[in-house]
Amino acid sequence: MSELRELYQELILDHSKNPRNLREIAGARHADGNNPLCGDKATIYVKLKGDLIEDVSFVGRGCSISTASASMMTEALKGRTTAEAEALFERFHDLVTGDPSKPHRDAQGLGKLAVFAGVCEFPVRVKCAALAWHTLRAALKDESAPVSTE
Amino acid sequence: MSVLETGRQKDALDVAQVRADFPILAAKAHGKPLVFLDSAASAQKPRAVIEAEARMYAESYANVHRGVYELSVKATDAYEGARATVQRFLNAASTREIVFVRGTTEAVNLVAGSYGRKHVGAGDEVLITGLEHHSNIVPWQLLCEATGARLRVVPITDAGEVPLDEVERLISARTRIVSVAHVSNALGTLLPVKEIVRVAHGRGVPVFVDGAQSAPRLPIDVREIGCDFFAFSGHKAYGPSGIGALYARAEHLEAMPPWQGGGDMIASVSFERTTYNEIPYKFEAGTPNIAGAVGLGAALDYLTGLGLERVAAHEDDLLRYGTDALSAIPGLTLVGTARHKAGVLSFVLDGVHPHDIGTVLDYEGIAIRTGHHCAQPVMDRFGLPATARASLGVYNTREDIDALAAGIRKVQEMFR
Repeated sequence: MSELRELYQELILDHSKNPRNLREIAGARHADGNNPLCGDKATIYVKLKGDLIEDVSFVGRGCSISTASASMMTEALKGRTTAEAEALFERFHDLVTGDPSKPHRDAQGLGKLAVFAGVCEFPVRVKCAALAWHTLRAALKDESAPVSTE
Repeated sequence: MSVLETGRQKDALDVAQVRADFPILAAKAHGKPLVFLDSAASAQKPRAVIEAEARMYAESYANVHRGVYELSVKATDAYEGARATVQRFLNAASTREIVFVRGTTEAVNLVAGSYGRKHVGAGDEVLITGLEHHSNIVPWQLLCEATGARLRVVPITDAGEVPLDEVERLISARTRIVSVAHVSNALGTLLPVKEIVRVAHGRGVPVFVDGAQSAPRLPIDVREIGCDFFAFSGHKAYGPSGIGALYARAEHLEAMPPWQGGGDMIASVSFERTTYNEIPYKFEAGTPNIAGAVGLGAALDYLTGLGLERVAAHEDDLLRYGTDALSAIPGLTLVGTARHKAGVLSFVLDGVHPHDIGTVLDYEGIAIRTGHHCAQPVMDRFGLPATARASLGVYNTREDIDALAAGIRKVQEMFR
Protein backbone atom coordinates (compact mmCIF):
# COMPACT_ATOMS: atom_id res chain seq x y z
CA MET A 1 0.00 0.00 0.00
CA SER A 2 2.90 2.39 0.65
CA GLU A 3 3.96 2.21 -3.02
CA LEU A 4 0.39 3.13 -3.89
CA ARG A 5 0.60 6.19 -1.63
CA GLU A 6 3.93 7.04 -3.25
CA LEU A 7 2.19 7.00 -6.62
CA TYR A 8 -0.95 8.84 -5.61
CA GLN A 9 0.64 11.73 -3.70
CA GLU A 10 -1.68 14.51 -2.50
CA LEU A 11 -0.20 16.94 -5.02
CA ILE A 12 -0.93 14.52 -7.88
CA LEU A 13 -4.50 13.93 -6.68
CA ASP A 14 -5.00 17.68 -6.34
CA HIS A 15 -3.80 18.41 -9.87
CA SER A 16 -5.84 15.53 -11.30
CA LYS A 17 -9.02 16.87 -9.69
CA ASN A 18 -8.28 20.54 -10.33
CA PRO A 19 -6.06 20.69 -13.39
CA ARG A 20 -4.30 24.01 -14.01
CA ASN A 21 -4.08 25.62 -17.45
CA LEU A 22 -6.85 23.41 -18.79
CA ARG A 23 -7.77 25.57 -21.77
CA GLU A 24 -7.01 26.23 -25.40
CA ILE A 25 -4.70 29.03 -26.50
CA ALA A 26 -6.18 30.55 -29.64
CA GLY A 27 -3.71 30.69 -32.50
CA ALA A 28 -0.96 28.87 -30.60
CA ARG A 29 0.93 25.93 -32.01
CA HIS A 30 -0.41 22.64 -30.67
CA ALA A 31 -0.14 18.86 -30.97
CA ASP A 32 -2.41 15.90 -30.17
CA GLY A 33 -1.23 12.94 -28.14
CA ASN A 34 -2.95 9.71 -27.22
CA ASN A 35 -2.26 6.64 -25.16
CA PRO A 36 -4.11 3.75 -26.85
CA LEU A 37 -3.64 1.54 -23.79
CA CYS A 38 -6.11 3.52 -21.70
CA GLY A 39 -7.75 5.84 -24.20
CA ASP A 40 -6.13 8.96 -22.74
CA LYS A 41 -5.99 11.97 -25.02
CA ALA A 42 -4.23 15.30 -24.60
CA THR A 43 -3.76 18.35 -26.79
CA ILE A 44 -0.91 20.61 -25.75
CA TYR A 45 -0.87 24.30 -26.74
CA VAL A 46 2.36 26.35 -26.65
CA LYS A 47 2.72 30.05 -27.27
CA LEU A 48 6.32 30.98 -27.98
CA LYS A 49 8.04 34.34 -27.96
CA GLY A 50 11.28 33.60 -29.69
CA ASP A 51 12.73 30.77 -27.64
CA LEU A 52 10.67 31.58 -24.59
CA ILE A 53 7.55 29.63 -23.60
CA GLU A 54 5.21 32.51 -22.93
CA ASP A 55 2.16 30.36 -22.29
CA VAL A 56 1.41 26.64 -22.30
CA SER A 57 -1.85 24.79 -21.68
CA PHE A 58 -3.64 21.52 -22.34
CA VAL A 59 -7.03 20.09 -23.17
CA GLY A 60 -7.92 16.44 -22.77
CA ARG A 61 -8.97 13.70 -20.48
CA GLY A 62 -7.10 10.90 -18.89
CA CYS A 63 -6.24 9.09 -15.70
CA SER A 64 -5.07 10.91 -12.60
CA ILE A 65 -1.40 10.43 -13.48
CA SER A 66 -1.66 11.75 -17.04
CA THR A 67 -3.92 14.66 -16.06
CA ALA A 68 -1.71 15.69 -13.12
CA SER A 69 1.40 15.33 -15.26
CA ALA A 70 -0.04 17.63 -17.95
CA SER A 71 -1.22 20.13 -15.37
CA MET A 72 2.09 20.27 -13.48
CA MET A 73 4.06 20.35 -16.71
CA THR A 74 2.28 23.50 -17.82
CA GLU A 75 3.03 25.14 -14.46
CA ALA A 76 6.68 24.14 -14.63
CA LEU A 77 7.29 25.35 -18.16
CA LYS A 78 5.80 28.82 -18.25
CA GLY A 79 8.60 31.34 -18.65
CA ARG A 80 11.24 28.74 -19.54
CA THR A 81 13.11 28.43 -22.81
CA THR A 82 12.49 25.55 -25.19
CA ALA A 83 15.97 24.21 -24.40
CA GLU A 84 15.17 24.24 -20.69
CA ALA A 85 11.90 22.43 -21.41
CA GLU A 86 13.75 19.75 -23.35
CA ALA A 87 16.28 19.30 -20.53
CA LEU A 88 13.48 19.09 -17.96
CA PHE A 89 11.72 16.40 -20.01
CA GLU A 90 14.90 14.33 -20.06
CA ARG A 91 15.23 14.56 -16.28
CA PHE A 92 11.54 13.83 -15.81
CA HIS A 93 11.72 10.82 -18.13
CA ASP A 94 14.73 9.42 -16.27
CA LEU A 95 12.84 9.86 -13.02
CA VAL A 96 9.62 8.11 -14.05
CA THR A 97 11.29 5.25 -15.90
CA GLY A 98 13.63 4.72 -12.94
CA ASP A 99 16.44 3.62 -15.25
CA PRO A 100 19.44 3.17 -12.92
CA SER A 101 21.85 3.80 -15.79
CA LYS A 102 20.53 7.34 -16.21
CA PRO A 103 22.10 10.22 -14.28
CA HIS A 104 18.97 12.08 -13.19
CA ARG A 105 17.10 9.58 -11.04
CA ASP A 106 17.51 11.77 -7.97
CA ALA A 107 14.85 14.27 -9.07
CA GLN A 108 17.37 17.08 -8.68
CA GLY A 109 16.23 20.24 -10.40
CA LEU A 110 12.75 18.92 -10.97
CA GLY A 111 11.04 20.93 -8.26
CA LYS A 112 7.43 19.89 -7.68
CA LEU A 113 7.67 17.41 -10.55
CA ALA A 114 9.66 15.18 -8.18
CA VAL A 115 6.31 13.88 -6.82
CA PHE A 116 6.20 11.64 -9.87
CA ALA A 117 9.11 9.57 -8.51
CA GLY A 118 6.62 6.85 -7.41
CA VAL A 119 5.65 6.16 -11.03
CA CYS A 120 8.83 4.14 -11.63
CA GLU A 121 7.39 1.38 -9.41
CA PHE A 122 4.47 1.09 -11.87
CA PRO A 123 5.95 0.36 -15.31
CA VAL A 124 2.56 0.32 -17.04
CA ARG A 125 1.88 3.86 -15.81
CA VAL A 126 5.07 5.45 -17.19
CA LYS A 127 3.28 6.18 -20.46
CA CYS A 128 0.55 8.03 -18.57
CA ALA A 129 3.11 10.32 -16.94
CA ALA A 130 5.05 10.88 -20.16
CA LEU A 131 2.12 11.51 -22.54
CA ALA A 132 1.91 15.27 -22.00
CA TRP A 133 5.67 15.68 -22.36
CA HIS A 134 5.90 13.70 -25.58
CA THR A 135 3.03 15.75 -26.95
CA LEU A 136 4.70 18.98 -25.85
CA ARG A 137 7.82 18.00 -27.77
CA ALA A 138 5.68 17.51 -30.89
CA ALA A 139 3.97 20.87 -30.33
CA LEU A 140 7.34 22.61 -30.05
CA LYS A 141 8.37 21.01 -33.33
CA ASP A 142 4.96 21.96 -34.72
CA GLU A 143 4.33 18.39 -35.86
CA SER A 144 0.91 17.75 -37.30
CA ALA A 145 0.82 13.94 -36.94
CA PRO A 146 -0.74 12.81 -33.63
CA VAL A 147 1.67 11.46 -31.03
CA SER A 148 1.06 7.98 -29.69
CA THR A 149 2.71 6.41 -26.67
CA GLU A 150 2.60 3.03 -28.43
CA MET B 1 -26.61 -17.82 0.12
CA SER B 2 -22.89 -18.47 0.43
CA VAL B 3 -20.83 -20.17 -2.22
CA LEU B 4 -20.53 -23.25 -0.06
CA GLU B 5 -24.27 -23.58 0.16
CA THR B 6 -24.55 -23.04 -3.59
CA GLY B 7 -21.90 -25.69 -4.06
CA ARG B 8 -23.97 -28.16 -2.09
CA GLN B 9 -26.96 -27.65 -4.30
CA LYS B 10 -27.71 -30.73 -6.32
CA ASP B 11 -25.96 -30.60 -9.66
CA ALA B 12 -24.31 -27.21 -9.05
CA LEU B 13 -20.67 -26.64 -9.92
CA ASP B 14 -18.28 -27.69 -7.12
CA VAL B 15 -16.25 -24.48 -7.14
CA ALA B 16 -13.88 -25.52 -4.37
CA GLN B 17 -12.90 -28.57 -6.42
CA VAL B 18 -12.60 -26.44 -9.57
CA ARG B 19 -10.31 -23.97 -7.78
CA ALA B 20 -8.07 -26.83 -6.68
CA ASP B 21 -7.65 -27.74 -10.36
CA PHE B 22 -6.01 -24.36 -11.17
CA PRO B 23 -2.47 -24.13 -9.72
CA ILE B 24 -2.15 -20.36 -10.32
CA LEU B 25 -5.01 -19.60 -7.95
CA ALA B 26 -2.67 -20.42 -5.08
CA ALA B 27 -0.49 -17.46 -6.10
CA LYS B 28 -0.43 -14.15 -4.26
CA ALA B 29 -0.62 -10.73 -5.87
CA HIS B 30 1.04 -7.93 -3.87
CA GLY B 31 0.97 -10.26 -0.88
CA LYS B 32 -2.77 -10.82 -1.09
CA PRO B 33 -4.71 -13.85 -2.36
CA LEU B 34 -5.19 -13.53 -6.11
CA VAL B 35 -8.71 -12.54 -7.13
CA PHE B 36 -8.66 -13.16 -10.85
CA LEU B 37 -11.46 -11.36 -12.65
CA ASP B 38 -10.00 -11.08 -16.15
CA SER B 39 -10.95 -14.37 -17.77
CA ALA B 40 -12.58 -12.58 -20.73
CA ALA B 41 -9.07 -11.41 -21.68
CA SER B 42 -7.55 -14.84 -21.13
CA ALA B 43 -8.55 -17.61 -18.75
CA GLN B 44 -6.24 -19.48 -16.37
CA LYS B 45 -5.32 -23.09 -17.07
CA PRO B 46 -6.34 -26.21 -15.15
CA ARG B 47 -3.69 -28.81 -14.34
CA ALA B 48 -5.27 -31.14 -16.93
CA VAL B 49 -4.31 -28.71 -19.73
CA ILE B 50 -0.82 -27.96 -18.42
CA GLU B 51 -0.10 -31.68 -18.04
CA ALA B 52 -1.60 -32.67 -21.40
CA GLU B 53 0.69 -30.26 -23.22
CA ALA B 54 3.75 -31.29 -21.19
CA ARG B 55 2.94 -34.99 -21.66
CA MET B 56 2.65 -34.50 -25.40
CA TYR B 57 6.19 -33.10 -25.52
CA ALA B 58 7.53 -35.68 -23.06
CA GLU B 59 5.96 -38.77 -24.57
CA SER B 60 4.45 -38.49 -28.00
CA TYR B 61 5.78 -35.52 -29.95
CA ALA B 62 6.71 -35.53 -33.62
CA ASN B 63 5.40 -33.72 -36.67
CA VAL B 64 1.93 -34.71 -37.80
CA HIS B 65 0.67 -36.18 -41.08
CA ARG B 66 4.22 -36.99 -42.13
CA GLY B 67 6.21 -39.77 -40.62
CA VAL B 68 5.90 -43.50 -41.03
CA TYR B 69 7.37 -44.02 -37.58
CA GLU B 70 5.42 -44.73 -34.41
CA LEU B 71 5.91 -41.33 -32.72
CA SER B 72 4.55 -39.44 -35.69
CA VAL B 73 1.54 -41.74 -35.80
CA LYS B 74 0.97 -41.10 -32.07
CA ALA B 75 1.27 -37.34 -32.53
CA THR B 76 -1.11 -37.40 -35.49
CA ASP B 77 -3.61 -39.46 -33.51
CA ALA B 78 -3.45 -36.97 -30.62
CA TYR B 79 -3.80 -33.96 -32.95
CA GLU B 80 -6.71 -35.46 -34.86
CA GLY B 81 -8.22 -36.64 -31.58
CA ALA B 82 -8.27 -33.00 -30.47
CA ARG B 83 -10.07 -32.09 -33.69
CA ALA B 84 -12.72 -34.69 -32.88
CA THR B 85 -13.03 -33.19 -29.39
CA VAL B 86 -13.65 -29.73 -30.91
CA GLN B 87 -16.21 -31.24 -33.29
CA ARG B 88 -18.14 -32.82 -30.40
CA PHE B 89 -17.80 -29.66 -28.27
CA LEU B 90 -19.47 -27.59 -31.00
CA ASN B 91 -21.75 -30.41 -32.17
CA ALA B 92 -20.46 -30.00 -35.72
CA ALA B 93 -21.54 -32.69 -38.18
CA SER B 94 -18.00 -33.77 -39.07
CA THR B 95 -14.34 -33.27 -38.19
CA ARG B 96 -13.95 -32.09 -41.81
CA GLU B 97 -15.70 -28.90 -40.69
CA ILE B 98 -13.12 -28.07 -37.99
CA VAL B 99 -10.05 -26.01 -39.00
CA PHE B 100 -7.37 -25.39 -36.40
CA VAL B 101 -6.31 -21.72 -36.33
CA ARG B 102 -4.28 -19.50 -34.00
CA GLY B 103 -7.44 -18.09 -32.48
CA THR B 104 -10.65 -16.26 -33.28
CA THR B 105 -8.75 -13.38 -34.91
CA GLU B 106 -7.12 -15.70 -37.42
CA ALA B 107 -10.46 -17.40 -38.10
CA VAL B 108 -12.10 -14.06 -39.03
CA ASN B 109 -9.13 -13.22 -41.24
CA LEU B 110 -9.35 -16.65 -42.88
CA VAL B 111 -13.05 -16.31 -43.70
CA ALA B 112 -12.72 -12.66 -44.82
CA GLY B 113 -9.64 -13.52 -46.89
CA SER B 114 -11.00 -16.69 -48.50
CA TYR B 115 -14.81 -16.72 -48.50
CA GLY B 116 -14.89 -12.91 -48.57
CA ARG B 117 -12.47 -12.52 -51.47
CA LYS B 118 -14.52 -15.00 -53.48
CA HIS B 119 -18.01 -13.69 -52.76
CA VAL B 120 -17.67 -9.99 -51.90
CA GLY B 121 -17.19 -7.48 -54.70
CA ALA B 122 -17.45 -3.75 -55.42
CA GLY B 123 -20.72 -2.30 -54.15
CA ASP B 124 -21.47 -5.34 -51.98
CA GLU B 125 -21.97 -5.05 -48.24
CA VAL B 126 -20.64 -6.74 -45.11
CA LEU B 127 -22.85 -6.35 -42.04
CA ILE B 128 -21.48 -6.32 -38.48
CA THR B 129 -22.79 -4.82 -35.22
CA GLY B 130 -21.74 -1.83 -33.12
CA LEU B 131 -20.42 -3.99 -30.28
CA GLU B 132 -17.81 -6.00 -32.14
CA HIS B 133 -14.25 -6.62 -30.96
CA HIS B 134 -11.62 -5.07 -33.27
CA SER B 135 -10.91 -8.59 -34.58
CA ASN B 136 -14.43 -8.73 -36.02
CA ILE B 137 -14.12 -5.25 -37.55
CA VAL B 138 -10.66 -4.81 -39.05
CA PRO B 139 -10.49 -7.99 -41.22
CA TRP B 140 -13.79 -6.93 -42.84
CA GLN B 141 -12.50 -3.38 -43.32
CA LEU B 142 -9.42 -4.79 -45.06
CA LEU B 143 -11.73 -6.87 -47.28
CA CYS B 144 -13.87 -3.83 -48.07
CA GLU B 145 -10.83 -1.72 -48.91
CA ALA B 146 -9.50 -4.41 -51.24
CA THR B 147 -12.81 -5.08 -53.01
CA GLY B 148 -14.66 -1.77 -52.94
CA ALA B 149 -17.37 -3.25 -50.71
CA ARG B 150 -19.02 -1.32 -47.90
CA LEU B 151 -18.99 -2.13 -44.18
CA ARG B 152 -22.36 -1.55 -42.55
CA VAL B 153 -22.95 -1.53 -38.81
CA VAL B 154 -26.09 -2.41 -36.82
CA PRO B 155 -26.37 0.27 -34.12
CA ILE B 156 -26.64 -0.84 -30.50
CA THR B 157 -29.06 0.49 -27.90
CA ASP B 158 -28.18 2.34 -24.67
CA ALA B 159 -28.40 -1.00 -22.87
CA GLY B 160 -25.90 -2.50 -25.31
CA GLU B 161 -28.40 -4.67 -27.16
CA VAL B 162 -28.58 -5.45 -30.86
CA PRO B 163 -32.21 -5.11 -31.99
CA LEU B 164 -33.21 -7.90 -34.35
CA ASP B 165 -35.38 -5.59 -36.44
CA GLU B 166 -32.34 -3.35 -37.04
CA VAL B 167 -30.40 -6.37 -38.29
CA GLU B 168 -33.29 -7.18 -40.58
CA ARG B 169 -33.52 -3.57 -41.80
CA LEU B 170 -29.81 -3.38 -42.62
CA ILE B 171 -29.63 -6.61 -44.61
CA SER B 172 -29.91 -5.46 -48.20
CA ALA B 173 -29.83 -7.14 -51.59
CA ARG B 174 -26.08 -6.39 -51.58
CA THR B 175 -25.29 -7.98 -48.19
CA ARG B 176 -22.89 -10.87 -48.74
CA ILE B 177 -22.13 -11.88 -45.15
CA VAL B 178 -23.24 -11.01 -41.61
CA SER B 179 -20.63 -11.31 -38.86
CA VAL B 180 -21.62 -10.96 -35.21
CA ALA B 181 -20.30 -11.64 -31.73
CA HIS B 182 -22.14 -14.28 -29.73
CA VAL B 183 -21.24 -12.50 -26.46
CA SER B 184 -19.79 -8.97 -26.35
CA ASN B 185 -16.38 -8.87 -24.66
CA ALA B 186 -16.82 -5.23 -23.62
CA LEU B 187 -20.47 -5.25 -22.51
CA GLY B 188 -21.37 -8.89 -21.88
CA THR B 189 -24.41 -8.70 -24.17
CA LEU B 190 -25.61 -12.13 -25.30
CA LEU B 191 -26.77 -11.74 -28.89
CA PRO B 192 -29.76 -13.64 -30.31
CA VAL B 193 -27.55 -15.42 -32.84
CA LYS B 194 -30.09 -18.09 -33.70
CA GLU B 195 -32.65 -15.42 -34.63
CA ILE B 196 -30.01 -13.39 -36.51
CA VAL B 197 -29.16 -16.52 -38.53
CA ARG B 198 -32.84 -17.13 -39.25
CA VAL B 199 -33.30 -13.56 -40.48
CA ALA B 200 -30.10 -13.57 -42.56
CA HIS B 201 -30.73 -16.99 -44.07
CA GLY B 202 -34.23 -15.84 -44.96
CA ARG B 203 -32.49 -13.34 -47.23
CA GLY B 204 -29.92 -15.84 -48.44
CA VAL B 205 -27.02 -14.34 -46.45
CA PRO B 206 -24.52 -16.51 -44.52
CA VAL B 207 -23.58 -15.73 -40.90
CA PHE B 208 -20.25 -15.81 -39.06
CA VAL B 209 -20.50 -16.05 -35.26
CA ASP B 210 -17.53 -14.88 -33.15
CA GLY B 211 -17.71 -17.29 -30.23
CA ALA B 212 -14.59 -16.13 -28.38
CA GLN B 213 -16.61 -15.15 -25.29
CA SER B 214 -19.43 -17.68 -25.57
CA ALA B 215 -17.57 -20.97 -26.08
CA PRO B 216 -16.03 -20.90 -22.56
CA ARG B 217 -19.35 -20.00 -20.91
CA LEU B 218 -22.32 -21.54 -22.70
CA PRO B 219 -23.21 -24.87 -24.28
CA ILE B 220 -22.58 -24.41 -28.02
CA ASP B 221 -24.44 -26.24 -30.76
CA VAL B 222 -23.50 -24.84 -34.15
CA ARG B 223 -26.17 -26.84 -35.90
CA GLU B 224 -28.86 -25.55 -33.58
CA ILE B 225 -27.61 -21.97 -34.08
CA GLY B 226 -27.57 -22.74 -37.78
CA CYS B 227 -24.62 -20.46 -38.50
CA ASP B 228 -22.29 -20.93 -41.46
CA PHE B 229 -19.12 -20.12 -39.51
CA PHE B 230 -18.26 -20.16 -35.80
CA ALA B 231 -14.87 -19.46 -34.23
CA PHE B 232 -13.36 -19.48 -30.77
CA SER B 233 -9.96 -19.15 -29.07
CA GLY B 234 -8.37 -21.83 -26.92
CA HIS B 235 -6.85 -19.43 -24.42
CA LYS B 236 -10.20 -17.98 -23.35
CA ALA B 237 -11.59 -21.51 -22.94
CA TYR B 238 -8.95 -22.53 -20.35
CA GLY B 239 -6.66 -23.90 -23.07
CA PRO B 240 -3.29 -22.76 -24.43
CA SER B 241 -2.79 -19.50 -26.32
CA GLY B 242 -1.98 -19.65 -30.03
CA ILE B 243 -4.62 -22.26 -30.84
CA GLY B 244 -8.30 -22.02 -31.65
CA ALA B 245 -10.81 -23.43 -34.05
CA LEU B 246 -12.93 -22.37 -36.97
CA TYR B 247 -16.11 -24.29 -37.67
CA ALA B 248 -17.38 -23.87 -41.21
CA ARG B 249 -20.06 -25.84 -43.00
CA ALA B 250 -18.44 -28.39 -45.28
CA GLU B 251 -19.96 -26.99 -48.47
CA HIS B 252 -18.39 -23.61 -47.71
CA LEU B 253 -14.95 -25.08 -47.00
CA GLU B 254 -15.13 -27.18 -50.16
CA ALA B 255 -15.90 -24.12 -52.29
CA MET B 256 -13.52 -21.68 -50.58
CA PRO B 257 -10.11 -21.04 -52.12
CA PRO B 258 -7.03 -21.72 -49.97
CA TRP B 259 -6.04 -18.85 -47.67
CA GLN B 260 -2.38 -19.57 -46.96
CA GLY B 261 -0.16 -21.75 -49.10
CA GLY B 262 2.49 -24.13 -47.86
CA GLY B 263 3.13 -27.66 -46.74
CA ASP B 264 0.32 -29.97 -45.62
CA MET B 265 -2.38 -28.00 -47.45
CA ILE B 266 -1.50 -29.52 -50.82
CA ALA B 267 -2.26 -32.79 -52.58
CA SER B 268 0.52 -32.41 -55.16
CA VAL B 269 2.87 -29.64 -56.21
CA SER B 270 4.70 -29.02 -59.43
CA PHE B 271 5.98 -25.77 -60.86
CA GLU B 272 3.17 -25.88 -63.38
CA ARG B 273 0.25 -26.78 -61.15
CA THR B 274 -0.63 -27.43 -57.52
CA THR B 275 -3.67 -29.31 -56.31
CA TYR B 276 -4.95 -28.85 -52.82
CA ASN B 277 -5.53 -31.21 -49.96
CA GLU B 278 -9.03 -32.15 -48.85
CA ILE B 279 -10.80 -30.15 -46.16
CA PRO B 280 -9.99 -29.17 -43.46
CA TYR B 281 -6.29 -29.64 -44.32
CA LYS B 282 -6.59 -27.28 -47.30
CA PHE B 283 -6.72 -24.49 -44.68
CA GLU B 284 -3.91 -25.70 -42.43
CA ALA B 285 -0.69 -24.72 -44.20
CA GLY B 286 2.55 -25.47 -42.39
CA THR B 287 3.26 -27.39 -39.22
CA PRO B 288 0.40 -26.54 -36.86
CA ASN B 289 0.42 -25.85 -33.12
CA ILE B 290 0.39 -29.58 -32.37
CA ALA B 291 0.78 -29.56 -28.60
CA GLY B 292 -1.51 -26.51 -28.44
CA ALA B 293 -4.26 -28.47 -30.17
CA VAL B 294 -3.81 -31.32 -27.71
CA GLY B 295 -3.95 -28.81 -24.84
CA LEU B 296 -7.12 -27.33 -26.32
CA GLY B 297 -8.65 -30.79 -26.50
CA ALA B 298 -7.82 -31.28 -22.81
CA ALA B 299 -9.40 -27.91 -21.96
CA LEU B 300 -12.62 -28.77 -23.79
CA ASP B 301 -12.70 -32.20 -22.13
CA TYR B 302 -12.28 -30.41 -18.79
CA LEU B 303 -15.17 -28.04 -19.53
CA THR B 304 -17.34 -30.88 -20.77
CA GLY B 305 -16.50 -32.79 -17.60
CA LEU B 306 -17.71 -29.85 -15.50
CA GLY B 307 -20.77 -29.61 -17.72
CA LEU B 308 -21.40 -26.48 -19.76
CA GLU B 309 -24.92 -26.17 -18.36
CA ARG B 310 -23.43 -26.09 -14.85
CA VAL B 311 -20.73 -23.62 -15.91
CA ALA B 312 -23.37 -21.34 -17.44
CA ALA B 313 -25.59 -21.56 -14.35
CA HIS B 314 -22.62 -20.81 -12.07
CA GLU B 315 -21.54 -17.75 -14.05
CA ASP B 316 -25.13 -16.58 -14.35
CA ASP B 317 -25.48 -16.70 -10.57
CA LEU B 318 -22.24 -14.72 -10.15
CA LEU B 319 -23.27 -12.21 -12.81
CA ARG B 320 -26.56 -11.53 -11.01
CA TYR B 321 -24.82 -11.35 -7.64
CA GLY B 322 -22.14 -9.03 -9.10
CA THR B 323 -24.69 -6.83 -10.86
CA ASP B 324 -26.52 -6.32 -7.55
CA ALA B 325 -23.29 -5.77 -5.58
CA LEU B 326 -21.88 -3.19 -8.01
CA SER B 327 -25.23 -1.45 -8.58
CA ALA B 328 -25.39 -0.82 -4.83
CA ILE B 329 -22.21 1.29 -4.92
CA PRO B 330 -23.01 5.02 -5.18
CA GLY B 331 -21.15 6.69 -8.05
CA LEU B 332 -20.75 3.43 -9.98
CA THR B 333 -22.41 3.02 -13.37
CA LEU B 334 -22.64 -0.32 -15.10
CA VAL B 335 -21.92 -0.11 -18.84
CA GLY B 336 -23.85 -2.79 -20.69
CA THR B 337 -27.20 -3.59 -19.13
CA ALA B 338 -28.70 -5.92 -21.71
CA ARG B 339 -31.45 -8.27 -20.54
CA HIS B 340 -29.40 -11.24 -21.68
CA LYS B 341 -25.76 -11.13 -20.62
CA ALA B 342 -22.90 -13.48 -19.89
CA GLY B 343 -19.67 -13.26 -17.97
CA VAL B 344 -18.87 -9.53 -18.09
CA LEU B 345 -19.34 -6.60 -15.69
CA SER B 346 -18.13 -3.38 -17.31
CA PHE B 347 -18.34 -0.22 -15.21
CA VAL B 348 -17.16 3.33 -14.61
CA LEU B 349 -16.83 5.34 -11.40
CA ASP B 350 -17.64 9.03 -11.06
CA GLY B 351 -14.44 11.05 -10.91
CA VAL B 352 -12.03 8.12 -11.17
CA HIS B 353 -10.39 7.01 -14.40
CA PRO B 354 -10.56 3.22 -15.05
CA HIS B 355 -6.77 3.06 -15.20
CA ASP B 356 -6.56 4.34 -11.62
CA ILE B 357 -9.24 1.84 -10.54
CA GLY B 358 -7.13 -0.96 -12.03
CA THR B 359 -3.93 0.14 -10.28
CA VAL B 360 -5.54 0.43 -6.85
CA LEU B 361 -7.41 -2.90 -7.20
CA ASP B 362 -4.16 -4.55 -8.27
CA TYR B 363 -2.75 -3.66 -4.86
CA GLU B 364 -5.69 -5.48 -3.30
CA GLY B 365 -4.74 -8.58 -5.29
CA ILE B 366 -7.64 -8.08 -7.70
CA ALA B 367 -6.93 -8.44 -11.42
CA ILE B 368 -9.40 -6.69 -13.71
CA ARG B 369 -9.06 -5.24 -17.19
CA THR B 370 -9.16 -1.51 -17.80
CA GLY B 371 -9.17 0.25 -21.13
CA HIS B 372 -11.13 0.04 -24.35
CA HIS B 373 -11.14 -3.80 -24.43
CA CYS B 374 -10.23 -3.81 -28.15
CA ALA B 375 -13.66 -2.34 -28.80
CA GLN B 376 -13.06 1.39 -29.32
CA PRO B 377 -16.33 1.89 -31.26
CA VAL B 378 -18.21 0.60 -28.19
CA MET B 379 -16.40 3.14 -25.99
CA ASP B 380 -17.26 5.90 -28.50
CA ARG B 381 -20.90 4.77 -28.51
CA PHE B 382 -21.08 5.36 -24.77
CA GLY B 383 -18.89 8.50 -24.86
CA LEU B 384 -16.23 6.92 -22.65
CA PRO B 385 -12.46 6.70 -23.12
CA ALA B 386 -12.38 3.41 -21.25
CA THR B 387 -14.16 1.23 -18.72
CA ALA B 388 -13.12 -1.09 -15.92
CA ARG B 389 -14.16 -4.66 -16.62
CA ALA B 390 -14.50 -7.60 -14.26
CA SER B 391 -15.10 -10.86 -16.08
CA LEU B 392 -15.95 -14.29 -14.76
CA GLY B 393 -14.57 -17.77 -15.01
CA VAL B 394 -15.46 -21.21 -13.66
CA TYR B 395 -13.20 -20.65 -10.63
CA ASN B 396 -14.75 -17.38 -9.45
CA THR B 397 -16.83 -17.18 -6.29
CA ARG B 398 -19.18 -14.76 -4.59
CA GLU B 399 -16.26 -13.97 -2.29
CA ASP B 400 -14.35 -12.71 -5.35
CA ILE B 401 -17.24 -10.35 -6.10
CA ASP B 402 -17.30 -9.21 -2.46
CA ALA B 403 -13.56 -8.49 -2.66
CA LEU B 404 -14.14 -6.49 -5.84
CA ALA B 405 -16.90 -4.43 -4.24
CA ALA B 406 -14.75 -3.76 -1.17
CA GLY B 407 -11.81 -2.83 -3.41
CA ILE B 408 -13.95 -0.37 -5.37
CA ARG B 409 -14.95 1.33 -2.12
CA LYS B 410 -11.24 1.69 -1.28
CA VAL B 411 -10.68 3.28 -4.69
CA GLN B 412 -13.46 5.74 -3.97
CA GLU B 413 -11.96 6.64 -0.58
CA MET B 414 -8.58 7.26 -2.15
CA PHE B 415 -9.91 9.55 -4.88
CA ARG B 416 -12.62 11.22 -2.82
